[in-house]
Amino acid sequence: MTDVLPPAAIFIIGGLMVPLIKGKWKSAYMLLIPVVGFINLINIPEGTHWVVGFMEYDLIFGKVDRLSLLFGYIFHLISFIAILYAIHVKDDVQNVAGLIYAGSALGVVFAGDLFSFFVFWEMLTVASIFLIWARRTKAAQGAGYRYLLVHAAGGLCLLAGIVLYVNQTGSIEFGYIGLNGLATLLIFLGFGVNCAWPLLHPWLTDAYPEATITGTIFLSAFTTKCAVYALARAFPGTEALIWIGAIMTAFPIFYAVIENNLRRVLSYSLINQVGFMVCGIGIGTQMAINGAVSHAVNDILFKALLFMSMGAVMYRTGGKINCTALGGLYRTMPLTCICCIIGAASISAVPLFSGFVSKSMVMSAAADGHMQIIWFILLFASVGVLEHAGIKIPFFAFFGHDSGLRPKEAPLHMLLAMGIAAFFCIFNGSFPNYLYSLLPYPVEYVPYTVPHVVGQTQLIFFAALAFILLTLSGMSPPEMRAVNVDADWFYRKGCGLFYRVMDISMNGLTRVADRVIVGELTGSICRISQRWPEVLCLGVMIPLWSITGVKGKKLDGKIERTRAALQTHTSPIGISAAIATIFLVLIYLLM
Amino acid sequence: MKQENSEDKKYLFDKPASMKILAWSFLLSLVLLLALEFFIHKHTHFPSEEWPEFYCVFAFVGFVALVLSAKYILRPLVKRREDYYD
Repeated sequence: MTDVLPPAAIFIIGGLMVPLIKGKWKSAYMLLIPVVGFINLINIPEGTHWVVGFMEYDLIFGKVDRLSLLFGYIFHLISFIAILYAIHVKDDVQNVAGLIYAGSALGVVFAGDLFSFFVFWEMLTVASIFLIWARRTKAAQGAGYRYLLVHAAGGLCLLAGIVLYVNQTGSIEFGYIGLNGLATLLIFLGFGVNCAWPLLHPWLTDAYPEATITGTIFLSAFTTKCAVYALARAFPGTEALIWIGAIMTAFPIFYAVIENNLRRVLSYSLINQVGFMVCGIGIGTQMAINGAVSHAVNDILFKALLFMSMGAVMYRTGGKINCTALGGLYRTMPLTCICCIIGAASISAVPLFSGFVSKSMVMSAAADGHMQIIWFILLFASVGVLEHAGIKIPFFAFFGHDSGLRPKEAPLHMLLAMGIAAFFCIFNGSFPNYLYSLLPYPVEYVPYTVPHVVGQTQLIFFAALAFILLTLSGMSPPEMRAVNVDADWFYRKGCGLFYRVMDISMNGLTRVADRVIVGELTGSICRISQRWPEVLCLGVMIPLWSITGVKGKKLDGKIERTRAALQTHTSPIGISAAIATIFLVLIYLLM
Repeated sequence: MKQENSEDKKYLFDKPASMKILAWSFLLSLVLLLALEFFIHKHTHFPSEEWPEFYCVFAFVGFVALVLSAKYILRPLVKRREDYYD
């Protein structure tokens, strides 16, 4: 075990050393990290490695089985692609954050205990936030803060769940948990935040389109897929996930239809695709888990490919990403266009492309379980995928109305990165047995049957027909610049309302307190406490002096001296002290 | 000078002929797909899957329903000015 390292360590230590390397070697060094990591990974035998004692518990940094290995492979591959795509980026903040982010994802996947799992899980958030802030715009800054707050809340929920769970079971092992009781529910919800479940999802559609061009590629790959892994590990066969997943596939497609920002369309599409995985995990049969996991692998590749093609468009057009600003770019960016179409074909599950061999496994599992409503929702969502990702993305960017833009083709390193992703999209779709051989369970499913191919092709072509007819008849929703309110309204407007309510109530209270206590009350107490001894003292003394015959100037002099003594607090205290002492002695005797 | 040339340049889909080929091949594929239905044996899980041209009709109707409901129901509900949150 001395010749292999925990996969996370290579990325995290390697990432931290990036700023030390200067000049042209930096690119080569960064590309080398996933390569070295991959060679390291394939030399790790299955089993449990790197067990470290921590207080009375064992931390496990290497729980290596078929499930974690597959996620490990794809995380290495996508890291290589994302680093290659970002090789022009000189900003070390992004370079370091990207590598630590990938390392944390590997840490999550290979964690065998809940403590190290949680630490890596939180590192995902911390590292990824810099990929959003690095865009250095006001919108990115705001979205980044919201992203941070939502994930902090999710992380606390998870932590609370873990603490309760460890307290109940006495074990910190991370394996099957299952949904029973408060502790597991909190863990479940903590995973759900990162998985972008409905209503917990807006951090994703809010932040991903605001991240840097290259940062979004990393973002699209890791956070949600780590959550999918965690669910597959801890909650397979949990019935709630079937419905959560089905809703995830269906609701984002409506938003994607009317969204103007193409990277936000892809973000909704990301939720939609993760829905298929969550649904598969919920069904929980061997075929369904295989489908969910293989779809995670394929989604990482085609979603990254689509984000990369849109990123290349942004890069070459000076940041334009809205439908309203783009169109007709196939003329000068043909290779990017082809890559985008390959990504679109893969996500739409066109036969011979990757989505076809994995999404159908989840759907078949639903059908085998006689879940008719779920199956129909998933089929409807598949039609929706065609609308927004299969057609809208390539159509509005590369075809559609001619925007008059004639940007240059994407730079070579971006084309290479897209090319690698495109290759795997076609390879996994055309030769699925290689992917199937890596899945957690043995695969009996055969994707290429005549009815399946014909049915899916019919689905695609007639959806395309509907698109063409709707567009030609002018019934498609017009592209327009607008914000579409989503569940984030509750905290974006709700927090504003909270802020105003607090402003009015608390600051109002402060103002009242300032006026009454500071302005009035304190002054009066001060005046009274200065004035009263004088009044009391002179009230007693003046009659006394008058009786003893003090008159005229002498009396005035005495009053003046007493007043001055009281104002400067230099009045003789001997007598008062004597009286006080007598008083105390009296009390003592009486007690 | 070179810039002007590239502005005038006709690209693949600017040519009516290539659009015509594309449109005809698409229509031909549709007809072919409709016809194929009657030559294959389906393994169905649900009775509705056995209806003739189920996938064609489902895709077409589903797509239209999706787009129109997003346009006429969702958009009026959620659309705000671009500076709504600022």
